[in-house]
Amino acid sequence: MNQKIGNFPGITVDKKVGYCKLTPDLQAEITDLPGTYSLYPKSKDESIVFQVLADHQNSSHPDMIVVVADATNLRRNLLLYSQVADLNLPVVLALNMTDMATKEGIHIDVDKLSAKLGVQVVPISARSNKGLKELKQAIANITPIATQEKGADMKVLAGSAIDDVKALVGTDNDYYALQLLHQHETLDCYTHQYEEFETIERTHHFESSKLQAAETIARYKHLGTILSDVIEDTGAAKKFVQSDRIDAILTNRFWGFFIFLSILLFVFNAIFSWAAYPMDLIEESFAWLTSFGHEHLPAGVLTDLLLDGVVAGLGGIVIFIPQIAILFAFISILEDTGYMARVTFMMDKIMRKFGLSGRSVVPMIGSLACAVPSIMSARTIESWKDRIITIMVAPLVSCSARLPVYTLLISLIIPNEKVLGFISLQALTLMAMYLISIVAAMVVAFVMKFIIKAKEKSYFIMELPVYRMPRWKNVLFTMYEKSKTFVLEAGKVIIAISIVLWVLASYGPSDKFEAIEKKYDRIELQQDSMKISTLERDKSAEKLENSYAGILGQTIEPVIRPLGFDWKIGIALITSFAAREAFVGTMATIYSVDGGADNEGTIRDKMRVAVDAHTGLPLFTFATGFSLMLFYAFAMQCMSTVAVVYRETKTWKWPLIQTAYMTVLAYVASLIAYQILK
Amino acid sequence: MNLSHLKPGERGTIVAFTDLEMSVKLMEMGCLPGEMVEVERYAPLGDPMAIRVAGYQLCLRKDEASVIIIT
Repeated sequence: MNQKIGNFPGITVDKKVGYCKLTPDLQAEITDLPGTYSLYPKSKDESIVFQVLADHQNSSHPDMIVVVADATNLRRNLLLYSQVADLNLPVVLALNMTDMATKEGIHIDVDKLSAKLGVQVVPISARSNKGLKELKQAIANITPIATQEKGADMKVLAGSAIDDVKALVGTDNDYYALQLLHQHETLDCYTHQYEEFETIERTHHFESSKLQAAETIARYKHLGTILSDVIEDTGAAKKFVQSDRIDAILTNRFWGFFIFLSILLFVFNAIFSWAAYPMDLIEESFAWLTSFGHEHLPAGVLTDLLLDGVVAGLGGIVIFIPQIAILFAFISILEDTGYMARVTFMMDKIMRKFGLSGRSVVPMIGSLACAVPSIMSARTIESWKDRIITIMVAPLVSCSARLPVYTLLISLIIPNEKVLGFISLQALTLMAMYLISIVAAMVVAFVMKFIIKAKEKSYFIMELPVYRMPRWKNVLFTMYEKSKTFVLEAGKVIIAISIVLWVLASYGPSDKFEAIEKKYDRIELQQDSMKISTLERDKSAEKLENSYAGILGQTIEPVIRPLGFDWKIGIALITSFAAREAFVGTMATIYSVDGGADNEGTIRDKMRVAVDAHTGLPLFTFATGFSLMLFYAFAMQCMSTVAVVYRETKTWKWPLIQTAYMTVLAYVASLIAYQILK
Repeated sequence: MNLSHLKPGERGTIVAFTDLEMSVKLMEMGCLPGEMVEVERYAPLGDPMAIRVAGYQLCLRKDEASVIIIT
């Protein structure tokens, strides 16, 4: 099973299901749960773990559990094992990163550990694919009845309350009963017995925090005795030397932020310069394909639909694969090496001033790629208020879907020159757009900090992983996976929009279209054949203006005119409402239809020569282009984000507030920018 | 004395916590009474801090470190 992984918690925030052939005739369904330090959840993603284990009726309730523990820090990782083991489901313990542990001078007596715990223990290294065959074998060998020794005696802690819960829900497992008492409020399958649980808590003076503390101490004590002659650590002192050296530079008081900004600049520069060649290639191939098609396919409605609708729309998506792949490669390298955790560490104080937490940095940086998974990853933020504010501002951070819009517009309005001889002015503008979006997100967060009332205290306790080399296979997998998702997900929407748009742009109220046909037929009869080519273009332009799409665009034109947009951009704004990446496709379709028979050249060429119908001047001036970029930077033009915010907050209140404030922000920002710059 | 008073490189042993709820979270992460802690570094802006405890590196805010009583 291939899965995105990272060198810090919060990568898997939901259960993920995969399949695996254990032996030739035994197939297993594997559910990967979010990583946690304990069954007592501190955040929303961690609460999924006990939800799955608690609900016996649930389809994802497991027959057995594989606890994966980090061998380089066994004692702390066995805390979760000992809790899971006490639930009395069959367990296998996988010791991950054993190669790393050996290198660090940690020796673990696996057989002795296995004997003491009473379960199969398998040393593995997921990084280098070691021990996976043995792990599969161990899973296949599992007995249906649990064999493990108890990790701690719960009876001593809350005996009578446990007995009452056991009678209430009909279980014979002490620890399961105790967990239910702690967590029943958040378990959907036990909410109907809320009153009964509360009564038990009252009669026995149940104090959740106190008992959790006592339980944790008891478990660690027990683990201490188990591990005393199992583990031998000869390298504890030198273990962190290298990581410390790197940290001394990367989180340095003076250089830390400078290095972080340099890395960001490098990434944006790479997105522009490395992707330029493959993008040109793709753009030219699609332009060639369209003109080739027009030459060789029989002229007609179907050909036009295929070439000006589908191919133009498709070209608008495929062209961004290089940039998206590069962006995700860098994000995955930063996550995998452990640097992202340091960014969280360095940024926490600043983020807190703005009503966010250091942990918000991860969803915010993730939003550079896409707000949807980032909003889901906000589940790792423990405090409700921090989490809501993060969710509310994450879509403001410029995502990869805005990248096409920015790159297209920047290439139209910013000259391709170099600053200081090596930094491209276009890349700098792109970075400026990203900075503007991040500043906007921070300002909005700051305002919300005062509006939203907090229920609990926010806190920030996080492991800083040791620096490791990125797993290149994982980087490649992420690049492939994200590009594929983008093409498939965005592709579906964009092709559908392209087709609908082509129809709307090619047809209009029949009386008007007939009038245009007649008018041009008349002119054509009077003119000599030399001028027919420009005649064709005028005719298709007039047709577009009177098409359904044209009428739609002209209807909203009065509203967007102060922002510097004409009705053609208006059409793009409407189609972008579902997904903002539709902008480029829409522009491509509109200008293809507009071009009539004259279909050569790329979208960029066509847009560059576009003329404002009202003024006769070039349409894409600096003012209009910049205003349009600001609009796309701030507006909520993404149905998926609205849907995921609803799903994550479980109410329509937050997505509605979000859409409203973003629309106002976009309109006002564009208005001010255009009126000042024009 | 509490943990937030230590300078980078200084060590102490955890004795107790002044906040019950926070103590649960800290103990789950390995900050147990009797455990040795060493302050590794402070973030560039002086908060949060990175400490070495139970064989790994943990970062926490000064607020949170101040509930950890050390000797």
